[in-house]
Amino acid sequence: MEFRGLVWRRWRVSLLLTLLLFVLYYGYILLIAANRQLVSRAVQGSTTIGIVLAAGVIVGAWALTAAYVIWANRHYDPAVTHLRERIRAE
Amino acid sequence: MQTALGTPTIAAIVSFLVIVALTLAITYWAARRTRSTREFYAAGRSVSPLQNGLALAGDYMSAASFLGITGLVALRGYDGMIYATGWLVGWPALMFLIAEPLRNLGKFTFADVVAFRLRQVPVRIAAAFGAILTLLFYVLAQMVGAGNLIALMFGLRYEWAVIGVGTVMLAYVLFGGMIATTWVQIIKAILLLFGVTVLTVLVLSRFSFSPDSLYAAVASRYGHAALEPGGLVSDPIDAVSLGLALMFGLLGLPHILMRFYTVPDARAARTSVLYATGFIGYFYLIIPIVGFGASALVGREVVRQVDAGGNMAAPLVAELLGGTPFLGFIAAVAFATILAVVAGLTLAGASALSHDIFTHAIRKGAATEHEQIRVARIATLAFGVVAVVLGILFKGQNVAFMVGLAFAIAASGNFPALLLSIVWSRFNTAGAVWSILTGALLAVILIVLSPTIWVDLLHHATAIFPLRNPAIVSMPAGFVAGFVASLLTSEPDAEAKFHDEKLRTYLGIGAE
Repeated sequence: MEFRGLVWRRWRVSLLLTLLLFVLYYGYILLIAANRQLVSRAVQGSTTIGIVLAAGVIVGAWALTAAYVIWANRHYDPAVTHLRERIRAE
Repeated sequence: MQTALGTPTIAAIVSFLVIVALTLAITYWAARRTRSTREFYAAGRSVSPLQNGLALAGDYMSAASFLGITGLVALRGYDGMIYATGWLVGWPALMFLIAEPLRNLGKFTFADVVAFRLRQVPVRIAAAFGAILTLLFYVLAQMVGAGNLIALMFGLRYEWAVIGVGTVMLAYVLFGGMIATTWVQIIKAILLLFGVTVLTVLVLSRFSFSPDSLYAAVASRYGHAALEPGGLVSDPIDAVSLGLALMFGLLGLPHILMRFYTVPDARAARTSVLYATGFIGYFYLIIPIVGFGASALVGREVVRQVDAGGNMAAPLVAELLGGTPFLGFIAAVAFATILAVVAGLTLAGASALSHDIFTHAIRKGAATEHEQIRVARIATLAFGVVAVVLGILFKGQNVAFMVGLAFAIAASGNFPALLLSIVWSRFNTAGAVWSILTGALLAVILIVLSPTIWVDLLHHATAIFPLRNPAIVSMPAGFVAGFVASLLTSEPDAEAKFHDEKLRTYLGIGAE
């Protein structure tokens, strides 16, 4: 059934993005715990890898959110409108 | 450094009066549009995505995060940055997992979603219990923080500060309901983002707009250790547990979840999370610059001298770089922040008491609009008075851990039941009740046995439960309790309604 496929697609995208979020955030935390020397190393001047990574986690989390919105607006919403109209017609 | 902190300056009083007058004027305007429960709890579902994004950010960016994280970065350097990232990562998860289903399924509270196809009375009581427990710990931390901060900044007595916050905030919620509360959040969010932006620019202007020179100044004064991870992530399991509580606690915070009912539909809910994540992300991205600025320009010694916890780091930088007028403005913004957050919490508490307990559990859904509004206002007053009384009773207590506790209860008690009710057809009444009670109570018990209370407050030698944050144990326990109790019982009625619930969850058919 078309509806089941849509629900499945929605959760596949959601769970994939959730997984990426987990890798991003818990990866960052565990990296700090595992290799303190690495994150303390300088990238340039006094700016450390850790500072860049922290900013990266914040920007990355926002980018994942934006990716979901773009997907949902482009693919999910049209499919929802289509299905709703079909159900209403039945 | 000489500071005007603790004495009420003209600038502080004027900024403060302007903010209070503006918000009360909005309340007066909103009060005339607040007649139905839809308006009282959900602002008539007419809030735009941008407005809701700002309001969500307003509800979330508390004085604790503004002043607390700046202080943490000022005194402990990089560790404060690690902490700041944790406060953002719940927002994408909220978007991916529950924002749209929540909007489509619910009416006023998250209990609407959990109870959608289950037996109303037991589920409503359990969900209201989880919600109120979360909100009480949250509001208590805010109230005690408010009393201390206002005493420090304006020199006002602690008790008067708490009563003042309670009175003004009750005026917003009682008369203006969700419409006034939303606008108070929007104003506060704009003021806070503006204030922090100006602070950041002022700090960077001292380092020829190069963050690298700022870090170099901090390192030359306090050593390279200030830019390296310190003690915060010394125990990775505890750090992940804190991360889980911060991330999934957001998905169980009643005052945040309630905001999704103020927008017209699921698409608006989605867009508003993107805005909120942008504003909050920006806030946590620049807040560490203010903290490092306090380290480099004001100095850790001075920050610690004014307040041992570092909470006055941001106001001190404001005074150093912008003089007494800017200090007054920042102090007033911090005050507005507290007012707005407490107002949001109180409205959520009132909705749990009146919509879930009174209307659904006591009256079985049969209460007139007029009656519901009256009970909602009585519940608002009751929750507000309890918040003020608790705030005064806990004067001088260390309550910083209570926000963490509120997040742990939300992640362990409210979130598992909410998610399972959306995705699992076999989930039933027994599962929901056991999931909420197990998660919430286990979170409380484990915090009491953790080093935070057992060692730091009760002065025992060693803690019975080793982790400072219990979420890594209590959240899975909430899920397991929901699974086991659902599988041990059978509720054909709830399973039969799952298909209709799905149509509403994903297509919005029949959504309010």
